[in-house]
Amino acid sequence: MSVPHALLGLLEQQPHHGYDLKRLFDSYFAPDRPLAYAQVYSTLARMEQRGQVRLEAIERAEGPDRRPFAITDGGRAELERWLHEPLLPEPHLQAALYAKVVLAILSGRPVEPLVDAERHAHLERMRELTAIRRDGTLQVALLADYCLFHLEADLRWLDVTAARIDDLRRQILQVSETK
Amino acid sequence: MTFRVGISLAVGRPDSGTIDRVGAKAAPAPVVISAAGLVKRFGQTEALRGIDFSLTRGEIVAVMGPSGSGKSTLLHCMAGILAPDAGTVTFEGRQIEGLSEAERTRLRRTSFGFVFQFGQLVPELSALENVALPLLLNNVKRSTAEAEAAAWFPRLGLEGMERRRPGEMSGGQAQRVAVARALVTRPSVVFADEPTGSLDTIAGEQVMELLTAAATEQNTSVLLVTHEARVAAFAQREIVVRDGRVSGAAR
Repeated sequence: MSVPHALLGLLEQQPHHGYDLKRLFDSYFAPDRPLAYAQVYSTLARMEQRGQVRLEAIERAEGPDRRPFAITDGGRAELERWLHEPLLPEPHLQAALYAKVVLAILSGRPVEPLVDAERHAHLERMRELTAIRRDGTLQVALLADYCLFHLEADLRWLDVTAARIDDLRRQILQVSETK
Repeated sequence: MTFRVGISLAVGRPDSGTIDRVGAKAAPAPVVISAAGLVKRFGQTEALRGIDFSLTRGEIVAVMGPSGSGKSTLLHCMAGILAPDAGTVTFEGRQIEGLSEAERTRLRRTSFGFVFQFGQLVPELSALENVALPLLLNNVKRSTAEAEAAAWFPRLGLEGMERRRPGEMSGGQAQRVAVARALVTRPSVVFADEPTGSLDTIAGEQVMELLTAAATEQNTSVLLVTHEARVAAFAQREIVVRDGRVSGAAR
């Protein structure tokens, strides 16, 4: 799961205070594992150093920690890069893949190119493993099988998600209206 | 999740030395069969909505996509089993829509091979006779046909089972016989529609190993329809059909 990219995606919609960001993050991306405030602020501080977010001008009669964060051009570019680049096939991709899908829906970007790019990256790796197992010993083949089954599981999840994009879009946009 | 032998889920980096085999490619092979602007309707349903696709000599391509996306219809149109409503299929320089039904049948018999999910062997014939059948239909002498068919059995892992009928074999064994039958005429293209669909993992793998290795040896192209990623990984590339169109990323 890439917390910085998820935060960038939320800030792309509009500037938010740290508190709102945590609340939105929890409801969209991690209903089962809420973020700690400390992590939100330390992540935002790092992103500020990298020039991806900045603090908005001080609102009247409010202390420094009530200043909302806004995305910068650098932040937007980083978000675009992350959304379009397929994730490297690796264990426990699910949270990051899910975050990408949700962000694409929230921002009105098409989801299918993202799913296709990821499927293609996964299949590339599966072809490599299939070649390795073909020429290898049984031990090598069994180890490769282990990886192949995991990659296949990711792909099945992608396919199921792709098939349910319309329903997911409806539900997510409903949640976003009630915020 | 990286093992001693360097097998991990991660994509091979340039320094990992595992991707050479896939990366290295010879000069582009000539196109054997291609579809241009293929449209096929069933009543109100548009199963194919303008597909462009080509297969080069010896190439193995997986056609993926959800159920009902049009992938089997694409295979049937390319094989001349179904006539498209618009668009053309060109096989070795000839448009197959222009051929008579007799010519198309001849084409399927001599230049194409087929593997389906199940039920394609003739139940009354032995395994050997099933493999020899396409040769006999092409007027090859019976003794020659049976000798050629028999030569396949060691490679199928079915030596000694030549006289068994399909009903006396396991699903995986019967499917390997079907692969031999599809390849015995040394066709230009094999069309395989979910060839492992009714098999367990290991039996399916044996069928795919056999199909891809034998097709590669005789430079036969394979159009492989499958919804399983592990099966698609035996192909050199994939196309994804969605709503009757070839979708984005990989073409």
